Amino acid sequence: MNPAFSVLMFTVASGAGYGLMSLLVLAQLLGLAPPAGGRNLWMPAGVALGLITLGLCASTLHLANPKNAWRAFACFRTSWLSREGVLAVLYYPAAMVYLGGFWVSGTVTPWVTASGLATVFLGLATLFCTGMIYASLKTIPQWHLPLTPVNYLLLGLMSGAVLLLALVGDTWSAVRLPYLCLLLIGVAALAKLAYFIRIGKPSGSSIQTATTFTRARVRLLDQGHTADGFLNKEFIFNLDTGHLVGLRSLAVVLAFIAPSTFIGLFARTGQDAFTVVAVASMLAGLLLERWLFFAEARHVVRLYHGDQTV
Amino acid sequence: MKLGLVIDLDTCVGCHACATACKQWNTSGTIGPLADVEPYGKQPSGTWLNRIRTYEVGDTPASKTVHMPMSCLHCEDAACVTVCPTGASYKRDEDGIVLVDQDKCMGCNLCAWACPYGARELDAEQGTMKKCTLCIDRIYDEHLPAAERQPACVITCPTHSRLFGDFDDPDSTVSQVTRARGGRDLMPELGYRPTNKYLPPRSGKAVAAVKKNSLLTSVKDWVNKVISR
Ligand code: SF4
Ligand code: SF4
Ligand code: SF4
Repeated sequence: MNPAFSVLMFTVASGAGYGLMSLLVLAQLLGLAPPAGGRNLWMPAGVALGLITLGLCASTLHLANPKNAWRAFACFRTSWLSREGVLAVLYYPAAMVYLGGFWVSGTVTPWVTASGLATVFLGLATLFCTGMIYASLKTIPQWHLPLTPVNYLLLGLMSGAVLLLALVGDTWSAVRLPYLCLLLIGVAALAKLAYFIRIGKPSGSSIQTATTFTRARVRLLDQGHTADGFLNKEFIFNLDTGHLVGLRSLAVVLAFIAPSTFIGLFARTGQDAFTVVAVASMLAGLLLERWLFFAEARHVVRLYHGDQTV
Repeated sequence: MKLGLVIDLDTCVGCHACATACKQWNTSGTIGPLADVEPYGKQPSGTWLNRIRTYEVGDTPASKTVHMPMSCLHCEDAACVTVCPTGASYKRDEDGIVLVDQDKCMGCNLCAWACPYGARELDAEQGTMKKCTLCIDRIYDEHLPAAERQPACVITCPTHSRLFGDFDDPDSTVSQVTRARGGRDLMPELGYRPTNKYLPPRSGKAVAAVKKNSLLTSVKDWVNKVISR
């Protein structure tokens, strides 16, 4: 699949935003964070909502006819994209009631608890829907996997945790954020490695099943057009296999290994600069990871354009 | 009703007349126009609802060239419809035709991603999704003579490789020919249950490959030919 930069931006930014907000709210509700204040609530919450909003704006950029975007809430019952949209919009009032409750009462009231739980649920559910948009497509074997939504959830939580650490530092006594970050990075990295191994397996469709000639060799002679059209541009993206190992390794290093190293250094030295570098590396790594998620995805329509398998 | 097409891979000669007729009819039809990009430039491309690809099946000398026209197969389990967030994509209950409401589509491409058969193309100019309508604006048009109430591709095909009809009616031509010739589904393993069926080529004799002759046998053959005259 041809990676669209707006979609990469959208999923990485809003994933980090939902992850950050969910961890922040959970920590406040469980009493693990210090009493809500500027650095411990307003600033990280502002960054989270900023990232989510930035992501949602980016996501409308890849629509060819954005004036109809408001209609996307219509098919909540069948479409994961519609569900994602509905939940993403419900998220704002929930988060506003939560933050407003804190602002008014300054402490955890039942209103704050209820809206906080709703915020966490809606944020994680939105991430899950994003993953399911891809996982529900039978046409793309590399996406049609339970690991797809798992990866989206874990990478969102992981990037949220690293951002939280960079914003509040290691100042929370009840929970040591550097260790939480390392734990989440470890789990997310394992799930991503499992994904890389899983997509190495061939799928059941081939040029034979696509053309109905299951008992003979089939070769494409002519695509029937002289210049690439929509199908070629959207679905046929050829990643040079020689670069694949290098790109995957780079993504793993930037997204997981380098951030853990810098967080380790931060835990030892207390230098804030390390967490900033960790965030920068992680975001670059996640953008590359998301790019690979598209570049490695092989839609079955490729079979009609001459590929023997997907 | 379950309307759809039967396409005969035995007789299709890959002339692209069906695709051209489709483009001509539909560019001014209900979902038109079907925009072109750089139509007079170096790399002309555009929106087509039907594309013909050509394959070689089997190995020489027992090989066959097969032309495969593909448009929307009006699947019974059409994931292109369920993934659509706006409700622009829908499948009609009365005849099973899958359509895109151009006034609702937001151009997100998700339905094209969900279609295994490459049957949907985003119109680069209009920003909306285009696909085969089974010429819904012909087949029900009572101003047309009854014989012309068929999709443009079917009327046009010079080799009669395309048949249109109701698969719910066991006595319709499409049902009969599908039974008789063993009409097949494309990529049945994905479970979309396409309505359109493809008839396999009839198996013929393999054409003998050209013999490589030595000088001696060539001379002998020539002598034999001369003598027999
Ligand atoms: S062929 Fe593609 S566009 Fe047509 S109904 Fe099937 S899945 Fe949908
Ligand atoms: S491109 Fe249009 S028809 Fe297709 S899923 Fe998006 S809104 Fe629906
Ligand atoms: S018009 Fe008929 S013969 Fe020509 S490509 Fe189409 S189906 Fe084949």
